[in-house]
Amino acid sequence: MISDSPSIMRKALKDSLSLPAFILFFTMMGFGSFARSTGFDVEMAITASLFIWGLPGQLVMAELTATGQPVFAIIFACSLANARFLPMVVSFLPTISRPDAKLGQLVLDAQLLSINSWAMCLREFPGIAPEQRRRYFVIFASVILLAAVIGTAIGHSASVLLPQPLVLGLIFTSPLFFTLVLSAVPALSHRLALLSGCLIVPLANEWFPSIDLLLTGLTGGTIAFLIGKSRRKTR
Amino acid sequence: MNTQTLWIIVIGSILATFVWRFLGAVVVRKIPAQGDLFEWVTCVSYAMVAGLVFRMIILPQSDLATLSIGIRVSAVVIAFAAYFLFKRNLLAGVVAGGVSLSLMASSSVGIISF
Repeated sequence: MISDSPSIMRKALKDSLSLPAFILFFTMMGFGSFARSTGFDVEMAITASLFIWGLPGQLVMAELTATGQPVFAIIFACSLANARFLPMVVSFLPTISRPDAKLGQLVLDAQLLSINSWAMCLREFPGIAPEQRRRYFVIFASVILLAAVIGTAIGHSASVLLPQPLVLGLIFTSPLFFTLVLSAVPALSHRLALLSGCLIVPLANEWFPSIDLLLTGLTGGTIAFLIGKSRRKTR
Repeated sequence: MNTQTLWIIVIGSILATFVWRFLGAVVVRKIPAQGDLFEWVTCVSYAMVAGLVFRMIILPQSDLATLSIGIRVSAVVIAFAAYFLFKRNLLAGVVAGGVSLSLMASSSVGIISF
């Protein structure tokens, strides 16, 4: 159990710089270049990465802008694509703050949260003293946010030519990272939630592509919760 | 679209994403961290994130769609093998998976720009 501040800082820097910062840098480079091709300035692309800070929504925003959808429809679709932040924030904040913390602090922590820090923190927190978890999260999340913003700027400004197989390998690091991190989730109901999410998403995507993740989360999560609850009762 | 409209889209998307984060922060103060409601929300977020990641692998919307699903799934299997071989080392798993995907993809060599 790590409990002193300097060690936490070192661990957060090491954990973020060893891989996630690199992954965010390359995926946001992809976003920067895509944003430019759809007409967004570099300042707009950077603002989006910095403050939307959720790639699925950013991609939807750029994609729908390119196809000339109405402004309201674009914003609404971006919001839906990032709706996962509600359950993510609710499940994450209690692990780093007391529920009676100031709303302002909770909102700032929520703004800094992304799927990378969410997954990584839930993986690493068992080895970190509770009073140090928020420090770990803030350092980790800030480092990868910085990498994401730099990646966005470079992707937008520089036309980097790389062999396609290499580009594909770099894009694929993101799902690989999440798959490995999530495979270590210990609780039965959470493992069931992961499994049912995988099983349901192809169907949800086929039938209701614009709200596929919301549907997947609600149905898969509810099934996993109910099974987990009945298992706890019988024990 | 003109610059002003694009800025409206960016700012609007920021606020529309922020709404969920803000609601999350408000809800957190209302529900007990050990109760059923909290456990349910946690399950929902795990299912949602798993759906998002699984969708990136089997139904990618990026250039990854140009590769066969066999290549993508093999790369995930190789990543897991390396991850466990190196005592649950994330870097080893991700690098092995990414490199093997690149190698399998290089049968159709081309150049694209970022």
